[in-house]
Amino acid sequence: MRKIIKDKAIINDDWQILKLAEGEAPDTVTVPGGKQVVPLQVWLAQKTTLAKRADIGVWLASDERAEQLKEDARSLPLIAVDFPTFADGRGYSIAYNLRARMGFEGELRAIGDVLRDQLFYMSRVGFNAFATREDRSIEDALKGLTDFSEVYQTSWDQKTPLFRRAVRAAAQEA
Amino acid sequence: MYRYDQYDHQIVKERVAQFRNQVARRISGELTEDEFRPLRLQNGLYMQRHAYMLRVAVPYGLLSAKQMRMFAHIARKYDRGYGHFTTRQNIQYNWIELERVPDILADLASVEMHAIQTSGNCIRNITSDQFAGVAADELLDPRPYIEILRQWSTFHPEFAWLPRKFKIAVNAAAEDRAVVKAHDIGLNVVKNESGEIGFQVLVGGGLGRTPIIGSVVREFLPWQHVLTYVEAIMRVYNEYGRRDNKYKARIKILVKALGVEEFTRQVEAEWADLKDSPSTLTEQELHRVASYFVPPAYEKLSDATALLEQQRTENKAFATWMGRNVKPHKVPGYAIVTLSLKKTGTPPGDATAEQMDFVANLADHYSFGELRVTHEQNLVLADVKQSDLLALYNEAKAHGLATPNIGLLTDIICCPGGDFCSLANAKSIPIAEAIAERFDDIDFQHDIGDIELNISGCINACGHHHVGNIGVLGVDKDGSEWYQVSIGGKQGNDSAIGKIIGPSFAAGQMPEVVARLLDVYVRERHEDELFIDTVERVGIDPFKAHVYGTPIPGHTYQAGEDAYA
Repeated sequence: MRKIIKDKAIINDDWQILKLAEGEAPDTVTVPGGKQVVPLQVWLAQKTTLAKRADIGVWLASDERAEQLKEDARSLPLIAVDFPTFADGRGYSIAYNLRARMGFEGELRAIGDVLRDQLFYMSRVGFNAFATREDRSIEDALKGLTDFSEVYQTSWDQKTPLFRRAVRAAAQEA
Repeated sequence: MYRYDQYDHQIVKERVAQFRNQVARRISGELTEDEFRPLRLQNGLYMQRHAYMLRVAVPYGLLSAKQMRMFAHIARKYDRGYGHFTTRQNIQYNWIELERVPDILADLASVEMHAIQTSGNCIRNITSDQFAGVAADELLDPRPYIEILRQWSTFHPEFAWLPRKFKIAVNAAAEDRAVVKAHDIGLNVVKNESGEIGFQVLVGGGLGRTPIIGSVVREFLPWQHVLTYVEAIMRVYNEYGRRDNKYKARIKILVKALGVEEFTRQVEAEWADLKDSPSTLTEQELHRVASYFVPPAYEKLSDATALLEQQRTENKAFATWMGRNVKPHKVPGYAIVTLSLKKTGTPPGDATAEQMDFVANLADHYSFGELRVTHEQNLVLADVKQSDLLALYNEAKAHGLATPNIGLLTDIICCPGGDFCSLANAKSIPIAEAIAERFDDIDFQHDIGDIELNISGCINACGHHHVGNIGVLGVDKDGSEWYQVSIGGKQGNDSAIGKIIGPSFAAGQMPEVVARLLDVYVRERHEDELFIDTVERVGIDPFKAHVYGTPIPGHTYQAGEDAYA
């Protein structure tokens, strides 16, 4: 079984990520039983049926938007955001918006080109689960979550900027 | 100047450890070059033609004598004894070995410096007026705001993987010396009718392939809201900026595509949700950071007018230097000195380790131990006693740093170009040197007066060619290097983009092309009219007619092959 990082620990992943094969359409594709993470377009097309199931999550492509799950974010158990490449940074804003604006409280998982050196930033904007690339050591990737022990600015993980949290030094009198 | 507290030290220390680990993983082969590239680019490390180039951040161009000595040390220990000051007020080293970069970063951290976000598609070093804090025409010292923005942008988790690089500049003076209109975000410090301080916010300026002057998205933003407002702009850009074509990925293209009104509407809508959140600045934080920028302990002096008058009369060379390289200071008895890094025969912006140590000593002796780097690639001693000017001049001259050419023809802004940079289409330094040699006569330069000659080796425009009165752009035609010339560009309050005069030239023709442009100026100028004024009055046609009127010698000469290899 595939392993992922969730809440800072390595666990077995029991979700399946459903991807549309060529020729399959969002409204007609059959969503198998069991825990399935379906593409946003499938969710939107088949919502009346899928919403009755408790084992359905949704994944967003990097050109899709958190607002498209406005009505559903509060009830979904899992939302994943795909990173087609390491350098595509849209997923960070999608995650922030899901947490800060859509009120999503479930598992927020980064999928796709996800490697150790992104995890610290990803965890800051609201991701709590990481399906790191399977050709790399997940034990090593876990270390990426602790690259820094202090931050200056706010994001989802830290609502108070350093200047309001800490007593910082002013210049010494000359 | 700003000093690190325990938090800054800790963050930079952890960054050094993180990068050391990334380099080790690259060397062991655990990271492929494709995977390592975006990581090293977040740290100013480029793979160039001959070696790695490391760009070190000099926040808003301000550095201490101690930091300058560290630059000299790095130049000696890890490079070939020199460094190159850049148009973003930073320094670059051209001959770096990957294995040694973590040690360089550790050395830098020991003097409160780093290379964080000096390249890559993230928020870059924020630039400002090189005369901030001492300029007579400034509303206030903008550096506390920039330091606050620097900290906010450092390792911002959401904006490290933007569609493209992102440059911010801040200006608080009547005369814009920071080219704010040519930045992704330009902030002008302004005062409203009730006397409150805030920012005029411009977005979407830039040079590069599509030069555009920034548009005002907000006339007055109270200073407390600067972080949340910038965050709103960044989020809109991160979500909607184009990622399919790197030449259309800067925020200026998004602003143009949406239109300024629609872009502004989206930013304001985003900001409505962030306004008054905890990121709103407090008086307390502003005062804390501002405490690092209080004026130094100036002596109570009066202007040394009579002494300087006498010294100028006795020493013509000193008088010439004073006329170009010394600017008025807001405190009586003091002056601002620019040390020229544009001596003919030296690549513009280059300084040797010996010169770095020497200017550090000058700073300690004459200017409260601080220096500034200008975006024109010179160095500034901002607080020199007028009575020390002659002694300083003599010392600087002995070290090749007193060329009296600030703002003149040979004060050329020039990128590293094809000798070093793997992006360049053409060499730029040899062109600058050939032009400087041709017009080395300082009397001729003074007759021509203020003129900006800017050279970029490619469309990325690191040499700011679009805003040069004369702009030179290296282009590649069928594998050989050619130079396209524009005139009429300018920086400052009335920034303008230059117009191309016609077909491009071979390297060997460039000095003559410049000579012909100057011929037309000398022929057409009205009294007291600068080159740029004449271009604006008569248009580009007379220049074009004269430049292309007769064959230009030198068309077979190409810039030397890897002259700096």
